Amino acid sequence: MQTNTTCPYCGVGCGVVAEHDTTRCDTLVSVTGDPSHPANQGRLCVKGSALAQTLGHDGRLTHPRINGLEVSWERALDEVGARLGRIRQQHGSGAIAGYLSGQLLTEDYYLANKFFKGFVGTPHVDTNSRLCMASAVAGYKRALGADAVPCCYEDLEEAELVVLTGSNLAWNHPVLYQRLRTAKRRNPLMRIVVIDPRVIDTCEIADLYLPIAPGGDIALFNGLLTYMAGKGRLDRDFIERHTEGFDEALAAAQLEAPDIETAADLCGVDVERLETFYYWFASQLHVVTLYSQGINQSSSGTDRVNAIINCHLAGGSIGLPGAGPFSITGQPNAMGGREVGGLANQLAAHMDYHTPGALDRVTRFWTTPGLVPTLPEGPGHKALALVEAIERGEIQALWIMATNPLVSLPDANRVRAALKKCPLVIVSECMARNDTLEHADILLPASGWAEKDGTVTNSERRISRQRGILPPPGEARHDWWIICEVARRMGFGEAFAYSSVHEVFDEHARLSGFENDPQATPETGYRLFDISGLAGLDRTQYDALAPIQWPVNASAPQGTARLFEDARFMTPSGRARLIAVASRPAMQRPGSDTRLLLNTGRIRDQWHTMTRTARASRLMHHRSEPFIEVHPEDARQASVQNGQLARLHNPLGEYLGRVRVTTAQPQGSLFVPIHWNDQFARQARASALIAAFCDPVSGQPESKQGRVALSPVPAQWEACLLLGSDVTAPLEACDWWARIPLAHCQRWQMAGEKVPDWRVWCERMLGQAPTLWSEDETRGHFRAACLHGGRLLWWLAVAPVGTLNPMLGDIGWLDDCFVLETLEPTQRRRLLAGRAASGEDGGATVCSCHQVGEKTIARAIAGGCKSVEALGERLACGTQCGSCIPELKKLLTAQTERREEPVESTPA
Amino acid sequence: MTRDHDTAQALATRQVLIIGNGMATQRLLEQLVSRPERPAEIHVFGDEHTPAYNRILLSPLLAGEIDEHEMTLRTREWFEAHNITLHCGRRITAIDRSAHQIIDDQRIRHDYDRLIIATGSRARLFDLPGAELSGIHGFRTTEDVTSLMAAEHHTRHAVVIGGGLLGLEAAVGLRKRGLDVTVVHRGTHLMNRQLDEQAAALLLEALQNRGLTLRLGRQPVAYDSDDGGRVSGVVLDDGERLRAGLVVVAAGIVPNAELGIEADLACDQAIRVDDTLTTSDAHIMALGECCEFKRTTFGLVDPIWAQVEVLADRLCGGDRRYALTPCATRLKVSGVDLYAFGILTPEPGDEVLRYLDADHGDYRRLILRNNRLVGAVLYGDTRDGAWYFHRSLEQGDLTPCRDTLLFGAPDATQQLEEAA
Repeated sequence: MQTNTTCPYCGVGCGVVAEHDTTRCDTLVSVTGDPSHPANQGRLCVKGSALAQTLGHDGRLTHPRINGLEVSWERALDEVGARLGRIRQQHGSGAIAGYLSGQLLTEDYYLANKFFKGFVGTPHVDTNSRLCMASAVAGYKRALGADAVPCCYEDLEEAELVVLTGSNLAWNHPVLYQRLRTAKRRNPLMRIVVIDPRVIDTCEIADLYLPIAPGGDIALFNGLLTYMAGKGRLDRDFIERHTEGFDEALAAAQLEAPDIETAADLCGVDVERLETFYYWFASQLHVVTLYSQGINQSSSGTDRVNAIINCHLAGGSIGLPGAGPFSITGQPNAMGGREVGGLANQLAAHMDYHTPGALDRVTRFWTTPGLVPTLPEGPGHKALALVEAIERGEIQALWIMATNPLVSLPDANRVRAALKKCPLVIVSECMARNDTLEHADILLPASGWAEKDGTVTNSERRISRQRGILPPPGEARHDWWIICEVARRMGFGEAFAYSSVHEVFDEHARLSGFENDPQATPETGYRLFDISGLAGLDRTQYDALAPIQWPVNASAPQGTARLFEDARFMTPSGRARLIAVASRPAMQRPGSDTRLLLNTGRIRDQWHTMTRTARASRLMHHRSEPFIEVHPEDARQASVQNGQLARLHNPLGEYLGRVRVTTAQPQGSLFVPIHWNDQFARQARASALIAAFCDPVSGQPESKQGRVALSPVPAQWEACLLLGSDVTAPLEACDWWARIPLAHCQRWQMAGEKVPDWRVWCERMLGQAPTLWSEDETRGHFRAACLHGGRLLWWLAVAPVGTLNPMLGDIGWLDDCFVLETLEPTQRRRLLAGRAASGEDGGATVCSCHQVGEKTIARAIAGGCKSVEALGERLACGTQCGSCIPELKKLLTAQTERREEPVESTPA
Repeated sequence: MTRDHDTAQALATRQVLIIGNGMATQRLLEQLVSRPERPAEIHVFGDEHTPAYNRILLSPLLAGEIDEHEMTLRTREWFEAHNITLHCGRRITAIDRSAHQIIDDQRIRHDYDRLIIATGSRARLFDLPGAELSGIHGFRTTEDVTSLMAAEHHTRHAVVIGGGLLGLEAAVGLRKRGLDVTVVHRGTHLMNRQLDEQAAALLLEALQNRGLTLRLGRQPVAYDSDDGGRVSGVVLDDGERLRAGLVVVAAGIVPNAELGIEADLACDQAIRVDDTLTTSDAHIMALGECCEFKRTTFGLVDPIWAQVEVLADRLCGGDRRYALTPCATRLKVSGVDLYAFGILTPEPGDEVLRYLDADHGDYRRLILRNNRLVGAVLYGDTRDGAWYFHRSLEQGDLTPCRDTLLFGAPDATQQLEEAA
């Protein structure tokens, strides 16, 4: 059976087709791109393609727990209701807080917001979208008067110039990247500019790359505004008729960047490149600037967003096909959260606390015959302030839904301490283990993707159905149901009496249109977010809902692709605002020891804290361990080698990871992935190194400008232990470890300083002497395997530090050995070699979709494949999701260059 | 001397006599008949009654795995077809160097222009009390095998003295014939000249599993007899008496150098030859187990094959020279595969790589010196033995394939190629 639904990962919001064997209730057969979905038109990235492999009941939270003990739902809900009620009574509504997530569906989100703000009466509800989108929201609101993304994905294809800044689109929004790539191929005149401190894979598509100094964004766009003014490239008509604040914004820009030379100096880019970019931008009307976390995650994130929007307003490139400042969200339903008002500074349905009449309007809307909501009067604590309020003891109860803040919030060690201190921590979660659960008093098992039923909104304001295909495992329940049950127990049942999720959606749609008159002004009730056209859907219609972009109302029943085409903005004056901005230094300052700047971000094949993506073993191959990307010169100064383990540290915490020396990383700055956590590695939470500073407007943390010191980890040995069972490896002897779930075993990477007698270690720590072993004692190499009745129980390889991984290569064959009932003698003989036979080692995986390794690709290149297409034809690599194409290109270039190098005889 | 040398060259195609009709001789003949410059007249004298056979197959013959005719290298027809005169059952008793003649056991004299001594070796029998008793055999000839096989009719108990290559082959062969076999070995582990302790322990276990009894670190001091004629037991140095109606002595060989010694050729342990395989008499050459080159005597086929190459070339007028080369030992007794070569005991600074799958009887130990392979012991899976051996002959730097060296030729070859 096939069901159309949406992917639960990034903000592109791709439609997928889930193939379902109706006799199985725990997993799907396959997940493929939905050709009928406008966002992706059949494309799908590697993460989405692997969705079916992330399912299954293993590792799911299936029963409510109180203090670690399984209890019935009745008991758990009674406990939650009673304790929240008691805290509310004793300490007031403001002692209760909710921390929500862009992983929630809109319906869950809507009810959570209604529950906390409307009936518990606490303003302290924030969401993990604070960590990725808050600055984009604040910037849009300042400039456009509403959190309204003006663009749609077609604009990327119709633009003459696409500027990607602070966005590694190739890795983080691969399907949009593919769309852009295709568009560029079709339109050779299209130009793409990539602005990023790192040479990212997205650069592969760039006509021009600006290696901007971290924090140089405002100077760069202020310089652009100055340039546009100086070259007479402003849209004077548009500025005069539809904007305000231009003069101040230009003055500020000219003050900071009076000429290109100054701008170039400030943003660390050479003048010629910068002028090229300025010229391109200034001479085109159809410009899309696409930005994401690289812009937002800063203590001046909102100003950065406005610096970008300023240029679009000054050039009139907004509200037109192929034009506009386009924020791409990180999460599947960050937009849905923004729509329901899930952030602490929002009230509901695009109404803020200070929006005239909003409190009264929402109160009236939520009032039932027997209940009147008690809305708080003003905004609550944003995420970081929430932590501080817990520390101060003001917040007594925290209910976390669908997120893992102990990994994702900055200064994560401090968050841990705060949570430990919080008298009541409730967590609604679908996985049985994560860093946050360890601090929960009450655990509520929630449904996960393929079970959850509702809607999500993607980055282009497109609402799509995420459909419930599988029943939740065990006693897991939908988040909206859990909220309703708690609400009922706290006496709010009348306002939470829904028989089905479509009724929640209907209420949400009705609220968006409630007293929302497009003829009025924002001051008199007009909101841009209006999906009243979707109100009144019955269950059948709701189930049949096709993807549609808001606003959807009487004047736009088919939805709205692009906003502000009439240049009527949501400010009181109806004019868009240019904001005077100036660069500010990062709040995290270098110390005498913490000289290096720390950039953080995502990798191609993992999602957030890996609770789901790590379940698909093929997603673990692209980057298997936590790592640190370092410029060669910084590596030299810190005495760390490529492939070695190193330590990042500052007064807040430490991070251990494997060094990747690369010139793609600018000197003086490091990059670490945000994904790893205590479930997968020792000391690998990037957030532990990030100080809790945030943007004064948006409250978004400065996650990309940490300050750290780099030093080698003084390990002597490294080991790779494959365990056939799910038991935790013996980690006593190691100074570092990482766990890599494979398809049939758990791979534990370990490192340590003190060298044990490995044969004794095996016997003592793993409980059995090795059945077979090999050693090269002088070199410190040891390998062993244990078989029982012909079946592989564990496998171990030890080598001097830094040499193990390159030596092992791809261990897929070993992984497969774990499922064999009996190893044939030939297989057994190959066990310690770690691979079936020579020549079959494909090397590190490059193409995850088709599992094609680097060595296989190198052989194909050597064998005559001269292009990405040729490689695709021979090996199928890069033909599915295409996100490895940049790497394929690199391999092609590298190998060609090597071949063309003059052959010199080098002394041995 | 110049004249002598010229004469020798001129004589190349004339009468060549070969004493001894073993594997070395046979291989030499094979080489010669393939070359047009071969000596025209070749006579071969063998004291055994059959043409040469493959002595390596004695243990399968004993084990009943093959027939005697399967061991035969060439038939009499082959000799006729190639114009080689074969004198079987004809023992040579003396060399008359001054007359360029040899004398056989019927006192018939045969002229030679060039004489080749290839008399091989015999088992070293111990000069112990009772050594003259019947039922004590070597394990060198088909005749020995025939005697061993005949012994089953009157005994169930055999003792094999010597836990080296030959002794173990004999022991396993006898065990296969259903006898109770005890191996007495002087060393503390089996095949102590080729194997390290670990491999020997695996071998020991495998042999015990096949029903052999072993006495290690012991020596025989006397043979017992019940009737004064036939052996009935072996007395060991710790006083233990082993029942034995049959004793196989396989604790070393003695070169059959007597003809050379009596003819006053230069001899030490065997007949001394130079790198042209010529003895102290320019007209006489020696080959195989009866010769000695640079104080080395020979017991394995590989170096003897190398000698054959040189000698054949010389007899056809060539100028190749012999040099000592390392060689490898292989053992194949009923599924126990062994391959060993080079240094057995690592010296300080040597690096040792080991692999063991005890359950599966698989073991490997490699010794590296300056990243070059200088010794190996393979037990169980020996398929890569020859590859390792070639690496040790090449003495190439194995650093690039060090990680995979233990795991076999394909992996290591690939790494070496990638590094090249």
